[in-house]
Amino acid sequence: MLSSKQRILIASIGLSLVVFAGCKKKAPAATPPPPPVPAPAPAPPPKPPAPAVTQFTVEPSAIQRGQSSTLRWEVSGDISSVSIDQSIGAVQNTGNRQVSPQDSTTYTLTATGGGGTSTASATVTVTAPPPPPPPPPPAPIQKTAADRIAGELQDAYFDYDKSSLRSEAQTTLTEDATALKSILSDFPSVTIVIEGHCDERGSAEYNLGLGDRRASSARDFLVQLGVPSDKIHTISYGKERPQCTESTESCWQKNRRAHFAPGQ
Amino acid sequence: MRKIFLVPCALALLSGSTWLLAQISGNVVKEGANRPRIALPELRGTGDAQSYMGAFNQTLQEDIRTSGFLDVAPSTMYPKSVPQQVSDWRMPQAPARLPKSRRGEMVAAPDGGGYWLTDWANPPARANYLAFGYTAVQNGVLVLYGNLFDVTRANPTDAQMLNKRYLASTADDKGARDLAHQFAADILALFGGQSLAGTHIYYVHQASKMTPKEIWVMDFDGRNQRQITHFNALTIEPSVSPDGSKIAFTSYTKGRPMIFMFSVDPVRDLRFYNQVASMNGQPSFTPDGKQIVYSSSAGGCCRVFIANLDGSGFQAVTSPGSIDAEPKVNPKTGQTILFSSGRSGPEQVYLMSINGTDIERLTDGTGEASNPVWNPDGQHLAFAWTRGYAQGRFNIFIMDVGSRQYVQLTHDEGRNENPSFAPGGTHLAFMSTRSGREQIYTMLADGSGPRALTAQGYNYSPVWGK
Repeated sequence: MLSSKQRILIASIGLSLVVFAGCKKKAPAATPPPPPVPAPAPAPPPKPPAPAVTQFTVEPSAIQRGQSSTLRWEVSGDISSVSIDQSIGAVQNTGNRQVSPQDSTTYTLTATGGGGTSTASATVTVTAPPPPPPPPPPAPIQKTAADRIAGELQDAYFDYDKSSLRSEAQTTLTEDATALKSILSDFPSVTIVIEGHCDERGSAEYNLGLGDRRASSARDFLVQLGVPSDKIHTISYGKERPQCTESTESCWQKNRRAHFAPGQ
Repeated sequence: MRKIFLVPCALALLSGSTWLLAQISGNVVKEGANRPRIALPELRGTGDAQSYMGAFNQTLQEDIRTSGFLDVAPSTMYPKSVPQQVSDWRMPQAPARLPKSRRGEMVAAPDGGGYWLTDWANPPARANYLAFGYTAVQNGVLVLYGNLFDVTRANPTDAQMLNKRYLASTADDKGARDLAHQFAADILALFGGQSLAGTHIYYVHQASKMTPKEIWVMDFDGRNQRQITHFNALTIEPSVSPDGSKIAFTSYTKGRPMIFMFSVDPVRDLRFYNQVASMNGQPSFTPDGKQIVYSSSAGGCCRVFIANLDGSGFQAVTSPGSIDAEPKVNPKTGQTILFSSGRSGPEQVYLMSINGTDIERLTDGTGEASNPVWNPDGQHLAFAWTRGYAQGRFNIFIMDVGSRQYVQLTHDEGRNENPSFAPGGTHLAFMSTRSGREQIYTMLADGSGPRALTAQGYNYSPVWGK
């Protein structure tokens, strides 16, 4: 706080200054100097640099379909937004993201700032996965002797009241002999029964004999072709076990046969 | 050309068949007109016994009617009263000559109303014989008082042929049937006949085509069907010993067809040792019951063999080279064997000596002939033959061995096979498909009176024995 004495002092000094100055001798009048060159207009503020994408990578850059890869990015500078296409959208300035594209894809990162826009891209190459390994192979089908007897040996057919082999029955039995040898070598303990069958017309008693002769004819023919005789037995069923029960010639023919079955 | 040939042939057959039928078993199968005529009114029972008389009368009627020895006078022609005991005979009181009754009807003869012999001998009954009697329960068993009278005689004393008391072991329907069989057997015996009662028929039965065949037995009339074997395996071709105590048959129970020998009562395996062969079958007994003949593939299918009852001592009767099947030794002489064979082509019936010599074909080579069996007389045979029909359409024939005359007994009513004579030779059992499936029938040896004995399942190969 200034005291009233101090205020008076300050005021007096000031007054005297004004008085003395007004008393100085006057100089001649001259043309005024040109005005100073106006200061150049102030330079616009310097434009800030566009944002810098310092990193945009995808690692690994090659994947198999179904695998994933990681995008990593880092953007610096004046940034207003960062986005990545391929449906990723806006992201932070720095970050990473796992991607699992189905096909080869190029990702483009767009960074926008006051200084402009920068882009960078990274490509991940997607290859089709190799085909899955095949399933383990199935266990090989173990055909039983019975399967093979049923599947590989064909019946030999006969004329009515006859046990002699027709030529076509001989052809059949020749094929049967080959199959039989194979079966018997694969199944050394197996024996084969040749069943003799008849159609329904003769008497049951006589047909028991006829079936026996048919089975024997077939066996003798096979043995002649080298099938071991101790592996083949014969049984006559006469007309007791027809495989066809109609009273027609086609049905009767089906029943006049030598048929193969596994031994007991 | 065909007609000219057939007409004399048919005539020869016709006259031959009459002659042959008369030959069979000593005239037992007579033509209907020549058979004695019996009146067979229903018998009654005293008190409780009446409840069994349905079974009794049915059985008596069946036994007499199916015997082939007697014709039964129709019951509608019988007098109104029936004597029940010998003391019921009463000479009619009415005078022998009665011009008119009060109502004016003509009365032809003295009428005893059924209580006199002439009531049965005269029209309308016209019987030669009358069977009568009654039953009662005494001491817990059913008793029959049975009579047979020759109503053509003048008085009861001369007329009486049978007056006998019969006992059943029980008082029930079974006992009643037993009494009827006994009574019928005695009546038939008076006419030279043999009752079928007490005889048995062995046969092959299967409940369905999917179940194994087994050996069964039944009474001669189809009653008491029961299973003998339980192999649960194909079992066929039964035969019965002459005394009825054993059966032999073929079974696949051990895989291949083999012969088995069983006692019947009790049922027991008597052990038959089979030859080593793919097939042994079709056994049948020699008339002394000490050996069997059969067909075997030993040494080549198929020969006739003869062996002891246990299979030992076997000997071949025929030679290899053809199918020889179904051997049957002559039941009278034991010296010849009937068999079927394919030795000359299609199956035919042959005859040979017991040691395999003198083989001769009995059938004429036409069709297929099978299933030969002897009549007990040893002079006739029955067999199945397709002669005149398609393959497989067998009919039953009988033949006289000496003359080779034959008669056809069935006529294409389905297949008819496996004939077998009753022990007395009066009847044949056989298999027929006439009802649609295989069933067993009997008929008189002249082919009349066929009667189904089985109806359930499928039934084959009847063999009639004691």
